[in-house]
Amino acid sequence: MREKILTYIEKNSKINLAELAIALGVEETALLAEIEAMENEHIICGYPTLINWDKAGIETVTALIEVRVTPQRGMGFDKVAERIYNYPEVNSIYLISGGFDFMVTIEGKTLREVSQFVSEKLSTLDTVLSTKTNFILKKYKDHGTVMAAPAKDERIMMI
Amino acid sequence: MRNPLSKTIVEIEPSGIRKFFDIVSEMEDAVSLGVGEPDFDTPWHIRDEGIYSLEKGRTFYTSNSGLKELRMEIARYLKRHYDLDYDYNDEIFVTVGGSEAIDLAMRAMLDPGDEVLIPQPSYVSYLPCAVLANGTPVTIELKAENEFRLTAEQLEAAVTPKTKLLILPFPNNPTGAIMEKSNLEAVAEVIRRHDLYVLSDEIYSELTYLEHHVSIASLPGMWERTIVINGFSKSHAMTGWRLGYACGPKKIIEQMLKIHQFAIMCAPTTSQYAAVEALRNGDGDVKQMREEYNGRRRYLLHRFKEMGLECFEPFGAFYAFPCIKEFGMTSDEFATRLLNAKKVAVVPGTAFGASGEGYIRISYAYSIESLKLALGRIEEFINELRKKE
Repeated sequence: MREKILTYIEKNSKINLAELAIALGVEETALLAEIEAMENEHIICGYPTLINWDKAGIETVTALIEVRVTPQRGMGFDKVAERIYNYPEVNSIYLISGGFDFMVTIEGKTLREVSQFVSEKLSTLDTVLSTKTNFILKKYKDHGTVMAAPAKDERIMMI
Repeated sequence: MRNPLSKTIVEIEPSGIRKFFDIVSEMEDAVSLGVGEPDFDTPWHIRDEGIYSLEKGRTFYTSNSGLKELRMEIARYLKRHYDLDYDYNDEIFVTVGGSEAIDLAMRAMLDPGDEVLIPQPSYVSYLPCAVLANGTPVTIELKAENEFRLTAEQLEAAVTPKTKLLILPFPNNPTGAIMEKSNLEAVAEVIRRHDLYVLSDEIYSELTYLEHHVSIASLPGMWERTIVINGFSKSHAMTGWRLGYACGPKKIIEQMLKIHQFAIMCAPTTSQYAAVEALRNGDGDVKQMREEYNGRRRYLLHRFKEMGLECFEPFGAFYAFPCIKEFGMTSDEFATRLLNAKKVAVVPGTAFGASGEGYIRISYAYSIESLKLALGRIEEFINELRKKE
């Protein structure tokens, strides 16, 4: 049942739980208990909102930063990641296979804010060897959702 | 000037429901629960194969019976899903949707005077196709008390010495009824005893919610007297690609193929390449869509219960067929008044045969949000009707 619940709420965290219980054919109390358990187990880690900031007319800048590091003795990558993700400016951080080590995304209000973070905070960390900052120009799809408005139902009545 | 028209054609009644549909399409803010096709887009990997085939310039005819690769995949799929054995060489061919196959099967099998048994309510094309094939359609009225399944008794009662072919339209449009294995076994006994043939329209076979769909052709002694029709429209959300297929004994298939060859040549090539991908890598999509439909189905039935609308539990397709007899009006009147008063479009049961009187078809090929909105309006409508009484 967990996988089914997660599939539904991954797409819509605001789904009406009474209706979801009906759709899944389970008792609402059982569904609520299962969701709470998954929250406690940190399987469900949060319910953020997917926002099209462009459409809201509010300027934001997102950067994908490729970071190369030297893992410190006794620290490994996890410790380095922790140093980085503790900055509130960091939106996400992934350990990556390939030409660099971490992919860090930063969201800021202005270009200046983002570059300041990179040059003053990220680059100056002892373990960081190099950074390469890529600014996002346009967001087409995020979290499996296309940012453009969904197409109208063009089906016609036919038997 | 001489009359340019064929008497047979002119005498076929045009679909009365067209006018109603035209009103719906004119209405700006109508909410529809009337559409009979999936609301999902064709999965992208399937569309991508179609595009790729165009890019590669695969824009020629295929063989009359369809791409060999596709027929091989169909054979594997039918074995994998329904334990049906067909040779891709001469027991399967690809058609322009399941509807072409229905037409061809009747033309290939009927002689003037042959009776065709058509259980109703059912899809609208069986009857005119039987007439066009010079057959004599005989309808069997399916009953709500049997959950709109065909019973051996009903079949037995309808058989005459002239009966040749039985149409078996399950999972059913418009009722959502299915035939479980035991139901099919009972009917198959009558079929074998009277030496009848079966046209089994299994286009909704992937959309069953009780147990896995059983094809009548997989029962003992039935393969040799059954034409199975299926396709990609409902299972893979590919209605607009117009692609189906027919399977059966070579003796019948080769005659159907003859008509197809002269009338159609071959099914669309692009669609056929896309369909190969659908069968190779699409089982997961089918499962996902089925689960989504099933959730909506449960929601719909729950809402019917809440509003006290009588409805048997439909286990197939994406339709429910609630009873509206308590309101003392015809299905037509109910649908028209619901449309005018609340701007919700449903299809009157009579569009699928006289035995649909007293019922409406509600499609759940819609998101739960759309269902919620439309069902809220239906609830208002019936509450107002009940108050007036």
